[in-house]
Amino acid sequence: MKRRLAALSLLLAPLAAGAAVLEAGAGGAHPTLRGAIAAAKPGDTVRVRSGTYREGQISVDKPLVLEGVGRPVLDGEFKHPILRVAANGVTVRGFRIINGGRSSTQELAGVFVDQARDFVIEHNELRDCDYSIYLSKSGPGIVSENILHGLSDLEINSGNGIHLWSCKGVRVRGNRVTGHRDGIYLEHASASAMEENSVENNMRYGLHFMFSNDSLYRANRFTRNGAGVAVMYSRAVIMRDNVFDQNWGSSSYGLLIKDVTDSEVTGNLFDRNSTGLYSQGATRVRYEGNHFRENGWALRIMSNGSSNRFTANTFTRNSFDVGTNGDLADHEFARNYWDRYEGYDLRHDGTGDVPFRPVSLFAILTERVPASLFLMHSFMVRLLDRAEKAFPSVTPDSVIDSTPAMRPHPPPTALIPASQPTQHQP
Amino acid sequence: MILKIVKHVLLDILRSRIVLAYTVFLAAASIGLFNMDADTGKSLASILSMVLMLVPLTSLIFATIHYYNSYEFIELLSTQPLRRGTILLGEYLGVSLALGLALLAGVGLPVAAYDSSLTGGCILLAGLLLTFSFTALAFLGAVCSRDKARGMGMAMLQWFFFALLYDGLLLLVLFTFQDYPLEKAVIALVALNPIDLARTFVMLQMDVSALMGMTGAVMQEFLGSRLGMTFTLGVLTLWIAAPLGLALRVFRKKDL
Repeated sequence: MKRRLAALSLLLAPLAAGAAVLEAGAGGAHPTLRGAIAAAKPGDTVRVRSGTYREGQISVDKPLVLEGVGRPVLDGEFKHPILRVAANGVTVRGFRIINGGRSSTQELAGVFVDQARDFVIEHNELRDCDYSIYLSKSGPGIVSENILHGLSDLEINSGNGIHLWSCKGVRVRGNRVTGHRDGIYLEHASASAMEENSVENNMRYGLHFMFSNDSLYRANRFTRNGAGVAVMYSRAVIMRDNVFDQNWGSSSYGLLIKDVTDSEVTGNLFDRNSTGLYSQGATRVRYEGNHFRENGWALRIMSNGSSNRFTANTFTRNSFDVGTNGDLADHEFARNYWDRYEGYDLRHDGTGDVPFRPVSLFAILTERVPASLFLMHSFMVRLLDRAEKAFPSVTPDSVIDSTPAMRPHPPPTALIPASQPTQHQP
Repeated sequence: MILKIVKHVLLDILRSRIVLAYTVFLAAASIGLFNMDADTGKSLASILSMVLMLVPLTSLIFATIHYYNSYEFIELLSTQPLRRGTILLGEYLGVSLALGLALLAGVGLPVAAYDSSLTGGCILLAGLLLTFSFTALAFLGAVCSRDKARGMGMAMLQWFFFALLYDGLLLLVLFTFQDYPLEKAVIALVALNPIDLARTFVMLQMDVSALMGMTGAVMQEFLGSRLGMTFTLGVLTLWIAAPLGLALRVFRKKDL
């Protein structure tokens, strides 16, 4: 009998030691979350019962699974940063984290991941935190399916929604981010992936992306953010199947590309932005299969870039197709569909027989004197454009599509359905 | 009494078939433009251009010819116990209503059938206001001159100035003074031409993405709110009332 028991305990020992489950909360063995974490051993699971926990900053300093049951609330009372993850292999799941502390000198966050690896932050809801999720010198790890809402309801300048500083290999997937300064912010965050996030109504950029090489962002939706999305000073970035819409304002873009090299922008939809895509100092960037619809300017390309290729994009109902400040030598345009194209296809190869120049004289005039925008659709302007088309003298020779497509290309495949009903029907 | 004159003039014009031809032409052009392109947004831009060109021209010429052709009728009415204002106002309303109906049928029906967006409605409203405004301008030109040839010349000149010359001058001014802040100036200059006002009104609906790209607080306020639309509509109404009022004034004192 004794031997049997010994054998049983031997069998159970690793199980018990490896994955004990601790119950935290009223009525459990550990009434406070802090107490439960202190009592847990590495590898344990702490199940947190529903209720409100006001325990200041809670630090997780060993590999644990923190699991909220019935969405317990961690309240920072506008005084403390709330959860700090400072160990590898921590999972935080199913919490509602609210009222984070604010500071003008420190960056306080709802969930702060500090130099940790293999973390999972998922299915949480964060509200009214300065920074919602702040990752510093961490990764690889996953941030997924969280709902983040910043301080904008309180009319206070908020921090960023998901903030990555000096990270590597972080995956950000399926989050909803609203009401922050920047929705998702990456600085020195290489090899990261952002997928299927929905980023709306943030005060500055939906996605702010700097010095983050070898990254992918795919199938995200960026709507009505102050200045759209900015991707800067990065190499080998893949931007695919995203939607950029309704970013309006004098310096607002769907996508701003600045000093980006060897990257690709494919299959995105740019819908109703003041400027769909603004490119400055881009080198060897491939733009393919994007749709530009009802933007003020579909493209604005500054002449300091080189070796960029625009192929098989579709331009419809934009007030201007391409704006530029000079000559775009070393840019290639091919097989794009331009709804302003008036040529013919006698060869029946699907591309027009006469080339198309997407920069109109009027686009150059407005680049020089923005107020002349008021003359759009004027008969005078049409006359000038016609004359320029017949005898080009001002518009740059280099911006020319020698094989314009006769029909629109099929719309981007992986479009997420609109989160809210839009005003216009396509 | 004025209603009787309006009714008489309106029926007289509708019988004459010129307005019918105008309607048919507008309808054919609109339907053609819609069929030429699968994308109705592009067709609407073309229809806007057509309306901005054709409506002022037709209104000016038709109203001028009508005034001179019915001069004897006007003289006859003047012998009756009628106020002169009533006579001219009746004539004006008859002509402008006829032309407005033609526009509603010729452009309104195709637009409603192919693209019932707000932009189409804006184009129609702009076209109607232009009809009323340029008919008033035509009456003003006509009552100022006894000679039909001079009156026609006046109408052509007005069209040439407002539809073509003015925008060229505006562009010239903008480029000459490009070093200065022009936001307020350009709004003021646009207000001096009914065609530009109508164009801006539609643009505020159709190209708001591009317009919002303009810098400056004045622009943001003008374009971002309903202020721009209210302003353009309000001043366009002034462009109807002012020439009409002036024409009535001249006509009252005129030695027929």
